[in-house]
Amino acid sequence: MSNVAPLLQVKNLRVEFPTRRGTLVALDDVSFDIAPGEVLGVVGESGAGKSMTGAAIIGLLEPPGRIAKGEILLGGRRIDNLRYEEMRRIRGKEIGAIFQDPLTTLNPLYTVGRQLAETMTTHLPIGPGEARKRAIEWLEMVGIPAAAQRIDSYPHEFSGGMRQRVVIALALCAEPRLIVADEPTTALDVSIQAQVIALLKRLAREKGTAMMLVTHDMGVIAETADRVAVMYAGRVAEIGPVREVVKHANHPYSAGLMASIPPLDRRVERLAQIDGAMPRLSAIPKGCAYNPRCPQVFDKCRTYRPDLINAGTTQAACWLYDTEAPRG
Amino acid sequence: MADPVPMLEARDLARHFDVSRPFLQRLLAREERRTLRAVDGISFTIPKGTTLSLVGESGCGKSTVARLSVGLYGPTAGSVRFEGRDLAEARSLADQRRRMQMIFQDPYASLNPRWRVKNIIAEPIHAFGLVKSKGEEENRVAELLTQVGLSPLDGEKFPHEFSGGQRQRISIARALSSNPEFLVCDEPTSALDVSVQAQILNLMKELQQRLGLTYLFISHNLAVVRQISDRIGVMYLGRLAELAPAESLFKRPRHPYTRALMEAIPDLDMTGRERIPVGGEVPSPITPPSGCAFHPRCPLANERCKRERPEMKPAGDAMVACHAVEEGRDDAMPMPAIARTAA
Repeated sequence: MSNVAPLLQVKNLRVEFPTRRGTLVALDDVSFDIAPGEVLGVVGESGAGKSMTGAAIIGLLEPPGRIAKGEILLGGRRIDNLRYEEMRRIRGKEIGAIFQDPLTTLNPLYTVGRQLAETMTTHLPIGPGEARKRAIEWLEMVGIPAAAQRIDSYPHEFSGGMRQRVVIALALCAEPRLIVADEPTTALDVSIQAQVIALLKRLAREKGTAMMLVTHDMGVIAETADRVAVMYAGRVAEIGPVREVVKHANHPYSAGLMASIPPLDRRVERLAQIDGAMPRLSAIPKGCAYNPRCPQVFDKCRTYRPDLINAGTTQAACWLYDTEAPRG
Repeated sequence: MADPVPMLEARDLARHFDVSRPFLQRLLAREERRTLRAVDGISFTIPKGTTLSLVGESGCGKSTVARLSVGLYGPTAGSVRFEGRDLAEARSLADQRRRMQMIFQDPYASLNPRWRVKNIIAEPIHAFGLVKSKGEEENRVAELLTQVGLSPLDGEKFPHEFSGGQRQRISIARALSSNPEFLVCDEPTSALDVSVQAQILNLMKELQQRLGLTYLFISHNLAVVRQISDRIGVMYLGRLAELAPAESLFKRPRHPYTRALMEAIPDLDMTGRERIPVGGEVPSPITPPSGCAFHPRCPLANERCKRERPEMKPAGDAMVACHAVEEGRDDAMPMPAIARTAA
């Protein structure tokens, strides 16, 4: 997909949270891009900055968080410095967002039909009649049975899985070019999760929509994403094709993360574990943030911070792959 | 199973909840009383020193079974026996109560934020009067903290100073402080990141070996359950669909629901492969389907399944509640990919 111009470009993004005790750097020098029709999975432990990256892209960083450096471009146009009103038009029209909890995304006081129709009449050049017709089509497309009857139901009348489908319909109905999905299946049971993922994949493929899929569920990533970015302590540790990152990760952190997933196809006596915990934002170690937990750490890691460098099949922020200067 | 007295034995255990609206509203709307059958007649035993896991989707009643097993709920029908003694009777005796403890899912909600960790851990020691002096108590708390991989100095801190995984270690230390033999663990790792989950699962396995603990482990994650269980019960809508030795369940899942569940799990080896979703959703336990509760989603369902509720019957080394398995019609449904690769 490298021959297609990227739809989303995130360049050297830095997000800061000013606090009384000094500035916390939540995201530091995060760069990646997503091509049209491509699904980029973003994984990492909680607090690694996955959701923060998504929030920065859709312009919904919680204050006092702010973008301190870097650029976000959608289709070549900068969107990180837009006014609230301009950004509001882009959200929905050009970027659709799906969050973990469908109940907080839907307005409990409006019928799902009204919410869908309103989104479409706001962003598309269509009238209320046409919008209602399309709303029914969208509900059918996301697999809600008897859509014509259920369109006038309220969110609480749907089950969890059905609600998440309504949220997906809502995110897609204005036909955005990019979808930011933050843990879209985490609140769902496996059987429903499989349905929702299959749906998202199909729609992304059919409509050529680019998707940033944030999740901590590596299984979902493995079957959905084309490429994966692994985040650690506010930075991208590794990025590359899904098969490579999941099966042959180059960065010691990604490798450790993948190894700690309990295997489904066999029983092991002892699971591989990464000792320790991810550092807090206020106490990120000098050099590579992973160095205190890294089994392959050497002197340079404790002093100098690695940037993403070519590690063969993927790009990894790790001195092991630095060919210029030898170890130590 | 050689041990004649299991640690825990549940027989025809049921727990119903009245979820009716208030009397007057019910009268005005001419509604019947509504009963939610969270657990509706399940039987199992847990031999000493082993782990039984219950898996299933949300609403299947697995957490209710966990609470019934330590007496946080009383059964509507059936019985729970703790080492041969009725659970209610065992709960009334402090020296029996001390032998069972529970670990909860959310380590952010289950620790008092205003207590120092050492006091949280020492509370059961106090409650059961297990030590004679302050010094002995301090030693015991330090020992427990070390046992779960924390530093004795961490006792001075408050829960908010710890990450999720460390808090779950504190929960485990607290549960272990009364020297229990039986631990009920309700989704102990589902709120944790995968790398931390591995730490906690390894710790739980180590502790079981070292202290000879018996676990009832509740989870929705089949991969986790495979790592930790001796036997596994698959629950659906308040009933057991299948109860089998762990490896046997994965090598030869028998109940159509078990097979569908395994097929639906995303796996790392599945890059690019489409999962086969189970159609439909879990029905409401207030108005469960007639006959076998799984029949509306089951590819093998026939007239009998709609009419008659299947009972647990032996099938190989497993117990399965399915007419299709009993009649030998289950070959029509393919084995899930996981079982095929294992065979």
